[in-house]
Amino acid sequence: MADAPTPLRRRSLVAVHAGLSQPSATRLLADRLGAAAGGELAAKGIDARLTMVELRDHAQDLVNNLLTGFPSPALQGAIEDVVGADGLIAVTPVYSGSYSGLFKLFFDVLERDALAGMPVVVAASAGTARHSLALDHAMRPLFAYLGAAVVPTAVFAAAEDWGGGQDPMEPSLVDRIARAGRELAAAIATRDAQAAPDPFADPVPFERLLVRDDT
Amino acid sequence: MEFGIFTVGDVTPDPTTGRTPTEAERIASMVTIALKAEELGLDVFATGEHHNPPFVPSSPTTMLGYIAARTERLILSTATTLITTNDPVKIAEDYAMLQHLAGGRVDLMLGRGNTGPVYPWFGQDIRNGIALAVENYALLHRLWREDVVDWEGRFRTPLTGFTSTPRPLDGIPPVVWHGSIRSPEIPEQAAYYGDGFFANHIFWPKEHTQRMVGLYRRRFEHYGHGRADQAIVGLGGQVFMRHDSQAAVHEFRPYFDNAPVYGHGPSLEDFTDQTPLTVGSPQQVIDRTLTFREYVGDYQRQLFLVDHAGLPLKTVLEQLDLLGGEVVPVLRRELAALKPAHVPDAPTHASLLAARDAAGTASPVSVA
Repeated sequence: MADAPTPLRRRSLVAVHAGLSQPSATRLLADRLGAAAGGELAAKGIDARLTMVELRDHAQDLVNNLLTGFPSPALQGAIEDVVGADGLIAVTPVYSGSYSGLFKLFFDVLERDALAGMPVVVAASAGTARHSLALDHAMRPLFAYLGAAVVPTAVFAAAEDWGGGQDPMEPSLVDRIARAGRELAAAIATRDAQAAPDPFADPVPFERLLVRDDT
Repeated sequence: MEFGIFTVGDVTPDPTTGRTPTEAERIASMVTIALKAEELGLDVFATGEHHNPPFVPSSPTTMLGYIAARTERLILSTATTLITTNDPVKIAEDYAMLQHLAGGRVDLMLGRGNTGPVYPWFGQDIRNGIALAVENYALLHRLWREDVVDWEGRFRTPLTGFTSTPRPLDGIPPVVWHGSIRSPEIPEQAAYYGDGFFANHIFWPKEHTQRMVGLYRRRFEHYGHGRADQAIVGLGGQVFMRHDSQAAVHEFRPYFDNAPVYGHGPSLEDFTDQTPLTVGSPQQVIDRTLTFREYVGDYQRQLFLVDHAGLPLKTVLEQLDLLGGEVVPVLRRELAALKPAHVPDAPTHASLLAARDAAGTASPVSVA
């Protein structure tokens, strides 16, 4: 008798990018990583819908959120997409040796622990490969602080990577994207779909607050 | 239904003139505003408590005691009393004394305070904010109800054989409201004790208030204090009015754009869409305020913020004339007509005393 077909599973995949120009190499990198991870998930029988969050669209709302403490309805939707995702692709342009201010703003307005345990691929784009350590010196520490599960392969794309200027001794950008996509898909596939606890639906009973001495 | 005003007590330059009032002027203004509230028949005046510039009200019971001596009916309250960094023993003493001097016209709203350095200035750690609110209130609650208290906790020196004096007026502790913008532990605390819950309401979208009040009501019933729709709820509100609504928007915009809390952020239009701030005619304020009960249920206390962001005293008094003269009378009538009979009014010293006397006279002993 044939094996029962594996039921189709659904997972949400979200890419956040802080590219500003049109067209944007940062956006292009996010697209390619999304396609790679989506393809790997499909091969595992997992249907992953990719949602693209363009931080440029939320730039003013992010500043407002910083000042008022609450997001606009549009930004709230983007935040819910990201914190409710099963896997995240985070892509920034490199500015002054690090992630851009716009990129950081988004992660500054998330609730604490919102990304805890979330499988994440970090990626960055820049004009030259000399900025590539921004991934390891800035992006990884940021996501380590947020408690995210960053996959081993981080993808850096210099301008030359999009043409013929790549180092023939190293894996190509396409190879690196594919590897990161495989790692992200594997992390998503082995993680149960997440539902964040709701402290308003299930408050800590007051008797426990009264005796708790670890707060 | 109680209506009143709450003030932060900020000393802020008037952005249209660049002039900053002195602390003396601001303190005098706060008193003038309170007296005006009484004159107009409002029910409640509540002052903030802050321990850093640009705020002046560091000593609420001193100010409220002075106002108590010059008023007859106004309920004097706080928004908020810092339950985290004040010694609960001193809160018990100060507010019991104020209660005696004001003939019972006193309640207080407890809050944690969100100014980081205030905690270390008073020997505490902001990361203990919730734990301090829980433990300190547990002690305060006992100090007003038990004549002699033995007590030991994490945050203050132990007490053995301590009696907080004066004892609460008529043996009835001041009514307590617990205030919070976003921490679910606080409505849980208010529900546990059957105290009031006050949602700041004014700086955030209504959905935040709705889920805080929803949690409080559900848990109020869970702890056996009555039905969820009988829980004691207060809300903040923020308004600026002129009879010509466009004139209101034009006049308020520079104060909004430069306000300490949200200035230089969202537009006035976006903020009025996304929060309960209402800038317009008295009728617009009435219409907007009548929508609050649609998402929190029938509630007991509505306080408005009218005197912040550098608004001059003359303007604030004009706002109070509109509020007391045109808005509140309509709201009283409309909300009273909408409120079901089983939903109680906010408890006051007078109502608690009357209820106790009624219970006493109904007892078999006094009948005999």
